[in-house]
Amino acid sequence: MKAENRFTMSVAAKSANEGFARACVAAFAAQLDPTIEEINDIKTAVSEAVTNCIVHAYKEKIGKIYITAELTADNVITVKIRDTGCGIDNVEKAMEPLYTTVGGERAGLGFAVMQSFMDAVKVRSVVGKGTTVRMRKKISRRYGANL
Amino acid sequence: MAVEIRTSGSAVTAYLYGELDHHTAREMREAIDRAVDLNMPALLVLDFSNISFMDSSGIGLVMGRYRNLAKTGARLHIAGASPQIYKVMKLAGIERLATLEGRVKE
Repeated sequence: MKAENRFTMSVAAKSANEGFARACVAAFAAQLDPTIEEINDIKTAVSEAVTNCIVHAYKEKIGKIYITAELTADNVITVKIRDTGCGIDNVEKAMEPLYTTVGGERAGLGFAVMQSFMDAVKVRSVVGKGTTVRMRKKISRRYGANL
Repeated sequence: MAVEIRTSGSAVTAYLYGELDHHTAREMREAIDRAVDLNMPALLVLDFSNISFMDSSGIGLVMGRYRNLAKTGARLHIAGASPQIYKVMKLAGIERLATLEGRVKE
C-alpha cells in the first residue's frame, strides 16, 4: 500500500540519541491515533533496534543510524532502522532470546522485544556492510487518525 | 539524580527516576550497587514508580542485581512497574527471579 506520510532522519550512534530517536518515531506514529499501549510498544521496539546499532553494529566507533517511518491508510506504521556497521554473521542465532555477544549486563532480549511488541520484524544483514531492521505494526482503528 | 536510596532495617529501596535505557542504566546500576555493598540488605526493592520508559536495558539491570544478591541470599522485589514496564518484565520472565508488583493504571 502506498505511504500516506513518511519521514527520514539520521542520528549519530550515541546512546544519548536513544531517547530522541524513539520519541521522534512515537511523535510521528501519533498521526494514527494509537493507544498509549501501542505507542509504548513502538517506542520500546525502536529503542531496542537503535540500541543494537550502538552496542553491536558500531561497537567502538560512532557511525550513523538511519531511521525511516511510513504510515499507510490501513493504519499501519512501518519503521526501518538501518546501520552501516559490522553486520550480523548469523541473523537467526542473533534473534534467539537471551543470545548476546557483548556480555556485561545486556539481556539479549532486543529482538525478542521487537518481535513481541510489533506485528512483524524482518532483519537483513551483510557482514561488513550493515544491518536493516524493518518492523511493522497495525494500529487499532479509532476516530482520531489524521493522515 | 536518577536514583534515590532509602534504607529501613534490613531493606534497601532504590527509587529510580526518568527513562531506563542503555544510556541511563549504567548510572542507576552503579548507584544501586554502591548502596548494596554499603548496607548488605536482606531485601532490595527497586521502585519503578517514577520510571516513564524502560526497554530491555532494565531487564539487564534487574538480572544483574539478582545475580549479585544471590551471592548473599538476599531477596529482590520490583515495585511500581507501569503497564509498559510490566509487559517488558513479564516477557523476560522476571517474576521467576523477583517478586513483581505493578501499577494497575498509568
